[in-house]
Amino acid sequence: MVKRVVVIGGGIAGIQASLDLADMGYQVHLVEKTPSIGGRMAQLDKTFPTNDCSMCILSPKMIMCAGHENVKLHTYSEVDHVRGDFPHFKVVIREKARRVNIDRCTGCGDCVVKCPVKIPSEFEENISKRKAIYLPFPQAVPRKMTIDGENCRMVTSGKCGVCKKVCQAGAIEYDQKDKLVRLDASAVVVATGFDLADVTVLKQYGLGTCKDVVTSLQLERILSASGPTSGHLVRASDGKEPKRLAFIQCVGSRDEKMYKYCSSVCCMYATKESILVREHVPDISSTIFYMDMRATGKGFQEFVQRAEKNYGVRYVRSRPANVQPANGGNGVLVTYETRGLAGEQVTEEFDMLALCPALVPSQGAPELAKLLGIELDEDRFLKAPSLRHPVDSTKKGILICGFAGAPMDIPDSVAQASGVAARVAELLEGGA
Amino acid sequence: MARIGVFVCHCGHNIAATVNVEEVVEFAKTLPDVVAAEHNLYSCSEEGLGSIKKSIEKNKLDRVVVAACTPRTHEPLFRKTVELAGINKYLFEFVNIREHVSWIHAKEPQSATEKAKMLVAMGVAKAALLEPQKEGESSVIPTAVVIGGGLAGLTAAASLVAQNIDTHLIEREARLGGNLADIDIVAPEFRKSKELLDEMIEELNASPKAHLHLSSKVTEVKGFVGNFEVTTDKAEKIPAGAIIVATGAKEWIPKDEYGYGTVPGVMTQMDLEKRLAKGEKPKQVVFIQCVGSRQPGREYCSRVCCNTSLKNALRILDASPDATVSILHRDIMSYGTASEHMYRRASERGVRFMRYGLDRPAKVSRTQRGAAVKVFDETLDEDIDFDADLVVLATPMVAQNDSREVGKLLKVPLDKFGFFLEAHVKLKPVEFATDGVFVCGAARWPSSVSESMSQGMAAAAKAAIPIRRGKVVIEAITAQSDPDKCAACGNCVMACPYEAIEIVESEGKRYAKVNEAQCKGCGACVAACPNDAMQQRGFTTRQLGAMIDALVKNAMEET
Repeated sequence: MVKRVVVIGGGIAGIQASLDLADMGYQVHLVEKTPSIGGRMAQLDKTFPTNDCSMCILSPKMIMCAGHENVKLHTYSEVDHVRGDFPHFKVVIREKARRVNIDRCTGCGDCVVKCPVKIPSEFEENISKRKAIYLPFPQAVPRKMTIDGENCRMVTSGKCGVCKKVCQAGAIEYDQKDKLVRLDASAVVVATGFDLADVTVLKQYGLGTCKDVVTSLQLERILSASGPTSGHLVRASDGKEPKRLAFIQCVGSRDEKMYKYCSSVCCMYATKESILVREHVPDISSTIFYMDMRATGKGFQEFVQRAEKNYGVRYVRSRPANVQPANGGNGVLVTYETRGLAGEQVTEEFDMLALCPALVPSQGAPELAKLLGIELDEDRFLKAPSLRHPVDSTKKGILICGFAGAPMDIPDSVAQASGVAARVAELLEGGA
Repeated sequence: MARIGVFVCHCGHNIAATVNVEEVVEFAKTLPDVVAAEHNLYSCSEEGLGSIKKSIEKNKLDRVVVAACTPRTHEPLFRKTVELAGINKYLFEFVNIREHVSWIHAKEPQSATEKAKMLVAMGVAKAALLEPQKEGESSVIPTAVVIGGGLAGLTAAASLVAQNIDTHLIEREARLGGNLADIDIVAPEFRKSKELLDEMIEELNASPKAHLHLSSKVTEVKGFVGNFEVTTDKAEKIPAGAIIVATGAKEWIPKDEYGYGTVPGVMTQMDLEKRLAKGEKPKQVVFIQCVGSRQPGREYCSRVCCNTSLKNALRILDASPDATVSILHRDIMSYGTASEHMYRRASERGVRFMRYGLDRPAKVSRTQRGAAVKVFDETLDEDIDFDADLVVLATPMVAQNDSREVGKLLKVPLDKFGFFLEAHVKLKPVEFATDGVFVCGAARWPSSVSESMSQGMAAAAKAAIPIRRGKVVIEAITAQSDPDKCAACGNCVMACPYEAIEIVESEGKRYAKVNEAQCKGCGACVAACPNDAMQQRGFTTRQLGAMIDALVKNAMEET
């Protein structure tokens, strides 16, 4: 009998683990809570240190994963509960009501054009709006629409029905219910990734109060050709191109009061974004406020040097104390201390500011851990206590890969995901 | 007459912001044999692929040209799509108008569009002459070879063995464990490395699937994925389906920097590891980070040295709480969770952290009692003096002396620092472009214990895949020689980097013969052949000639 593995989380780690497990001959069920696989990597414009277009390298993997004969995708789905022990887990997957029949939906998008409801787009980090019936992003896999029941007028009040009228495929099913899928599985892989910490609570940094303060992920979307501004770098206050851009690192991370750890990837993506903005606004200057420039991977130091020498990126080692709206509400004033004993407080004006927030375990991860019966570590990442088996959780047969276990970049996540596939095979083929 | 469909991709704005995609489509419609042409926002999205399939059906296409990005990432996808629509996948032609056009001519949209048109014309001309090809299949020897018995190699071997796969571990030293065998405590976990190594070595010793070759060196590697033969200096010949390179790296030894070798008490991290393992309890210790790294000539950060210093600082304080420990650094690289906590613990325990600049390195001199260190502290803006019984130089991991030789044996590339270069820095961290050969651990890049182990397991997964499947698909785009034209001069044999060609004799005639399973389709032999006897499938002289004709013809018409 073919052995079955459930992979939870459809970001790059979950996709890679699924592909390797499927190539090994296991039957993989990949569970993703949003309507499409792709995860955080799908939101990125480019990737460091080569500035490869993120979607261009991810999209083939997404499609290969969806098309693999040994992979069954459960998008817009969650693990409802898990019982049993290795190697006899009983997993129940809740396929949430999509209200669209995915066998019928052709992904044409006629319904989206006509839908009258506009709400902030999660994929676009709330910069632009999506409809109540939507495809989260153009390259979504599967290319099937989803009705967001909380915001659909037909679902909430029974008054609308436009999408059903325009859908020529007859795919709209307003009264669709959640479906429970019961599976026996030999192993479970958790690859639930990360979220951005809510740093609006750090009032001194101005997110949510100064219009021209964005998160680094919002900047990533702004820079993306398929993003809310079609790749035009503009600030929110007046729609103008910024000429002076600043980044603040370690916002809420390496911070006694919020998250003590280092998020591992911010130094490099801020460097990347500061290089990329020059391709959008040639005369822009970037300043990165940092604590330690953690450029430890292959080609990273050279990348930082290139940013400094070829792109004029200014690295300032200081942790700004305060951000205020600049006069007239356009741009920001950043107050920081210059270094050395003669250090003094300086206030400098920037047209736009990107914050690099702490990256934290995905919102649902602690609850999922409870449901799986596995432990969290002191930073609330999934605990991997074994030195000998670094991808094992605290429960046998439940494995961890990617950011769900600790902050790490894409290649480390990919390597760990392949490592998880090996570990599953060790457990199932030899009983190690 | 061929029936060709042309699909031009916007790639969002990547192409469409520079190239007038609609104009290229209209131009394509005028080309010979083209019966349909359209454009897609993303040809690789499900929508784009769906429209290609629909067009194949509707227009009865028998050839497809996609003008988009790079075959490196997207060719398999488009090939699969046309195959699903019933066309032999080798009747697909890829034209790159992103890397070759829009990205490099972003400031000249007009000329970029013209260039895109020319490339499409060439692609169409070639497509008309494409021939269907059939991929071969080859069996896989169900055995893996791991080269290097350090942590990464041990992990890879132990994983393969646990997966029930026969594995040969080749280690040139008489012992297993590599660098880790000389390290007492693992950071940031603070566990005995010996326990970890013993556990793994025990697993290998206990398994009939594990075959250890100690004090052995690889001298030759022949073959290709599924069918390698690895030879050692002890004349053992090991047939293998896949090979994992885990040859590690080594600590860089300073020449005379910072008084190394002249001032007593100046040592490297590995020297310190040995002393601490012996129970030595130094009282005044200064660590100097980035000795020999992050400077011209060796620009990289070696990733593990800050954590090693933090770990050893804490160990010294554990042994002597009244010791004074200072770490002179340029940035503390304690990325992630556990390492950052180690940094915080070290600060709380009173380790003095002092930041220096590359332009003002520390000076170490001999005193009567030991060593003295002077450094300009960037934060305090002044020179600081330290007395030290030990000055520990945190030097980088550097490539093994023979990494280039190993690279040559396996025909895999290295970066400028001598570390092995993976197939894709983002998405293929443990793979090489050469099928069936994988890399892990410090041979690829300095990495922590858990990273080396994850990579070792990752390489084991990748090696296990062809072995478990029992067969590999052989590329159809290979060279073939025409015995009637071949003069057996041997130029192609010399040109082939994969040793895929040999001169054979049949019915009294000598000629070059290509081993298709070994051929990578690089075309070097075709260029080397003076008699036009070598042809590469999918890139024949006739096909390439048609491309050039199309370019000349269309360029003439333009001007």
